[in-house]
Amino acid sequence: MHNATLKSLSAELAAKRVSSVELTRIFLNRINKLNDKLNCFITLDEDASLKQAKAADRARAAGRAQPLTGLPIAQKDIFCAKGWLTTCGSKMLSNFVSPYDAHVVERLNAAGAVILGKTNMDEFAMGSSSETSYYGPVRNPWDPDTVPGGSSGGSAAAVAARLAPAATGTDTGGSIRQPAALTGICGLKPTYGLVSRYGMIAFASSLDQGGPMARTAEDLGLLMNAMAGFDARDSTSLEREPEDYTRELAKPVKGLRIGLPKEFFGAGAAAGVMKAVDAAIAQLRGLGCETVDVSLPNMKLAVPVYYVLAPAEASSNLARYDGVRYGYRAPDYSDLTDLYRKSRAQGFGAEVKRRILIGTYVLSHGYYDAYYIQAQRVRRLVARDFTEAFKRCDVILGPTSPGTAFRLGEKMNDPVQMYLNDIYTIPANLAGLPGMSIPCGFDEKGLPVGLQVIGNYFSEARMLGFAHQYQLATDWHQRTPPGVE
Amino acid sequence: MALDLDDVKRVAHLARIAVDETEARAVLSQMNDVFGLIEQMQAVNTSGVEPMSHALDVTQRLRADAVTETDQRAAFQAIAPQVEDGLYLVPKVIE
Repeated sequence: MHNATLKSLSAELAAKRVSSVELTRIFLNRINKLNDKLNCFITLDEDASLKQAKAADRARAAGRAQPLTGLPIAQKDIFCAKGWLTTCGSKMLSNFVSPYDAHVVERLNAAGAVILGKTNMDEFAMGSSSETSYYGPVRNPWDPDTVPGGSSGGSAAAVAARLAPAATGTDTGGSIRQPAALTGICGLKPTYGLVSRYGMIAFASSLDQGGPMARTAEDLGLLMNAMAGFDARDSTSLEREPEDYTRELAKPVKGLRIGLPKEFFGAGAAAGVMKAVDAAIAQLRGLGCETVDVSLPNMKLAVPVYYVLAPAEASSNLARYDGVRYGYRAPDYSDLTDLYRKSRAQGFGAEVKRRILIGTYVLSHGYYDAYYIQAQRVRRLVARDFTEAFKRCDVILGPTSPGTAFRLGEKMNDPVQMYLNDIYTIPANLAGLPGMSIPCGFDEKGLPVGLQVIGNYFSEARMLGFAHQYQLATDWHQRTPPGVE
Repeated sequence: MALDLDDVKRVAHLARIAVDETEARAVLSQMNDVFGLIEQMQAVNTSGVEPMSHALDVTQRLRADAVTETDQRAAFQAIAPQVEDGLYLVPKVIE
């Protein structure tokens, strides 16, 4: 049962072969058995989960079941959920029991889904390895000495280890796609503005976007149907007609034009990664796709631009943590300024502090135009490259991450090396485009490789259809980590 | 361009984060590495390019000037570090 997709679990529930309470217990039992080793979850609340499961079973008995009713789904601990400890992986929020629900949580609750628990993550989503969490590092089920990627590493590892059939994630520079790639699962960062940021703890607001993580493209579509939607409480939420993200799953990929940016296929990625990506492209040609050479000439500037914009926005967003209204307060202080300084020094970890300091610097008097405004101008150049490329292709393919899972601690003392993990994922965030990672093979160490699919604005249904057709022809997404039967 | 220790102390003050001398030195070297990375984008000619602040260039939505929030003071203060009589307590600011 724990190996089944959301789609098939939904059918099992509909056929009354299993109840939501039973299903929730199956996954809670697996979590209880394996979480000590993997550290995927920060908070579990069996009573709360089972209460939702019972309500889902009652709704189904009353004939009010929707596609996600009764399905247990893990929530990244960046999403506020009423009555749940919501830490964002930080000591700063280690005592924060949310008094309200994020829009995503509201929508999944309304769809009848069960909150299975809150997943571990890099502190305030700042990281690419899930090692900066106050709650300790998450381990990759494919090799527990390696990281699962980040920042949504707890969600990714939980889905990969079959501790949850699906999970939510957020992606500011790759935080859904890179961990999906490193753990052999699927993850989608939607077009900016489709999923409300209300109640999703802010990191870099012009880039942050929530999205689904699951084992198949089809499941991502089911989750998107519930997660996406207009919300007046997020000023950047887009007012659009609701759409069915699963509507193109059956559409053949014959004739689809795949853009291959030469910048994705240079010397940047590991040989084992490129071998798997090239093999996937060859197979897609076999399915009738055409390939087109395209170029994203400003791609090399994406990481530098990101490390101006994201810290700048973070320094502003994280100014709210002052030890006064909620969250951590230092035990000893002399006056109000000292209360702020000490609460923030003790409540934030090293990476978060570093980014706040960088952000404060680039926004400070005399530097604002040279850094922040210049970064916003170059951001437009990066976005324009995609506009040009999409005149000639329907999707863009490449590696999700330059390497596979790396060892714990390997990049922790070298921020620049850590930041370069996101070289292929950041461009889509800057442009606001949808990006996805799906499994496409393994490297020589037996670690999963992710294929990145970038689509044009609002082309999620097309991307998911494309990925689904690839998954009908391959079984990479069905492979299980060692020890997971 | 390289930052010096005074820069780190200045921004730490602006950001209201206490840093001691050892921390400031460690952060300084890492910040200089990051600014080395950032430098690449500073040389780009962007004359005539509009800054991009929103991915889809949409403008801020306006709403009617009406009360939409309900009173949740009790729920919010229940998670505050220190409150009294419905007020948040901080160290004395005015003598």
